[in-house]
Amino acid sequence: MELNELYREVILDHNRHPRNFGRLDPHDAEAKGHNPLCGDQLTLTLRRDGERIADLRFEGNGCAISMASASMMTEAVKGKPRAEVAALFQRIHALLTQAGASSADLGKLAALSGVREFPVRVKCASLCWHTLNAALAQSDSPAAPVSTE
Amino acid sequence: MNSARSRHGLHLLTPQEVQADFPILSRTINGRRLAYLDSGASTQRPQSVIDAVDHYETQLHANVHRGVHTLSQLATDAYEGARDRVRRFINAASTREIVFVRGTTEAINLVANSWGRGGLGSGGPAPGHLGPDDEIIVSALEHHANLVPWQMAAAATGAKLRVIPIDDHGQIRFEAFQALLNDRTRLVAITHVSNALGTIVPVQRVIAAAHHVGVPVLVDGAQAVAHTQVDVQALDCDFYCFSGHKLYAPTGIGVLYGREKLLEAMPPWQGGGDMIRTVSYERSTWNDLPHKFEAGTPNISGAIGLAAAMDYLEGLGIGHVAAHEHQLLAEATAALMRIPGIHIHGTAPDKAGILSFTLKGVHPHDLGTVLDHEGVAIRAGHHCAMPLMDLLGLPATARASFGCYNSMLDVEQLEAAVRKAVEVFR
Repeated sequence: MELNELYREVILDHNRHPRNFGRLDPHDAEAKGHNPLCGDQLTLTLRRDGERIADLRFEGNGCAISMASASMMTEAVKGKPRAEVAALFQRIHALLTQAGASSADLGKLAALSGVREFPVRVKCASLCWHTLNAALAQSDSPAAPVSTE
Repeated sequence: MNSARSRHGLHLLTPQEVQADFPILSRTINGRRLAYLDSGASTQRPQSVIDAVDHYETQLHANVHRGVHTLSQLATDAYEGARDRVRRFINAASTREIVFVRGTTEAINLVANSWGRGGLGSGGPAPGHLGPDDEIIVSALEHHANLVPWQMAAAATGAKLRVIPIDDHGQIRFEAFQALLNDRTRLVAITHVSNALGTIVPVQRVIAAAHHVGVPVLVDGAQAVAHTQVDVQALDCDFYCFSGHKLYAPTGIGVLYGREKLLEAMPPWQGGGDMIRTVSYERSTWNDLPHKFEAGTPNISGAIGLAAAMDYLEGLGIGHVAAHEHQLLAEATAALMRIPGIHIHGTAPDKAGILSFTLKGVHPHDLGTVLDHEGVAIRAGHHCAMPLMDLLGLPATARASFGCYNSMLDVEQLEAAVRKAVEVFR
């Protein structure tokens, strides 16, 4: 296990220069994520266009893994339909937790594969994805039809 | 124990010899020499402690205070002997004032519940000392263990917490503390040494000022007791709490010292075996001190390990340990300050062997990972002191903390590892 397996160049780059950093206003949903172990905190704002994530941004502070993961995630999911985003989350989750999980076609996100060797850091990398799920769920509820049953 | 005393005698510590007493320090981490700089979180155990626990487990174990058989008597003697060892270590007047608990956290919870909220005394309801609008004074330096139990007691009784502010160096502002003392103050609960910044709090002055207006003081000694001589009678504190595992003893054992008069008037916190004198189906009467506060079978091996750790530490000489750690702190502070981008948090002139720092542009957790890769174990995080971190405007810091076994080799390894982090995140 070498340090440059964890801190790959692409991760260091996204940590130094996070993409889609800031707040999106107006937005359809805002969710906060917090990793109490590390103190990583991020706030994610997003706008939807039907089933698609039209745009999203994040802000907050945390370790290089959490910041880079959030930055790369925003690039990867922007403009994507939800079903595709959900499938991508599953792939990332597998990449972070299962030995031998494929990183084919994951693009930059494949750089997160080194995190698996550092189990305490898995939550840092997955925080943004959980926060994205929370934001998507939240954006569902106002639009959801009110059940009368 | 005796060997440690004769080897180290009146001389200053010889780090190589002390290190050799701690088996774990000879292992490697990630193929590198281990520089263990996380004694503030938990210290390692010397062989003498491991041996004492082993001897108990293989030769003495049975339940205490119960049997007429030989082993039960041997175990009881060893357990109560450990209590007397603790009494001597902190110079308490009586073993009746030494309550074995799981650790600092449990000790504080015991006081917050029994003293603060009250309970059932032998003669009927025993009201607590906290009521609506009563005040408990804590400091901004407290870790969660000396904050949350008081928040819970306050929520249950209507009492309020008052917080002593700190200055830019991380020292409590004494005038502000004096201004907080008033006729609603029921207790001062304060740390002896800040776990996050290393500040040594002038508890003796705090106690004198509080006593001047008739307010008792609980001192959280978790970070102090292995690093400075604690004499509860000289301090004149009312409660003193500490954990074994920060004092070279096993986890799961700790001590609540309480002034006998106070403990005597307090109702038990937990009920069960050992803490009773008589039990009927309707009611019970309570055992004498300190057993009134030790419901159920205690951590016998932990108490024995703690006594052995105290023997070991006194063998080295706490004064020598303190001087040694102080020197390492000074050297480590100077070494880190040579690195561009390093910021030291907590710059009080009076500090124990704790060095909190951040490196510009590198999150403490990334720093912790790089240091671990280089064999250097430090704590990275909020140090269970989230309100203090908020006050400092930091999500976390990296913290190196020293013990009797550390040496300049550890300081040099720390400096080299931090420089490595600078390089990785350049």
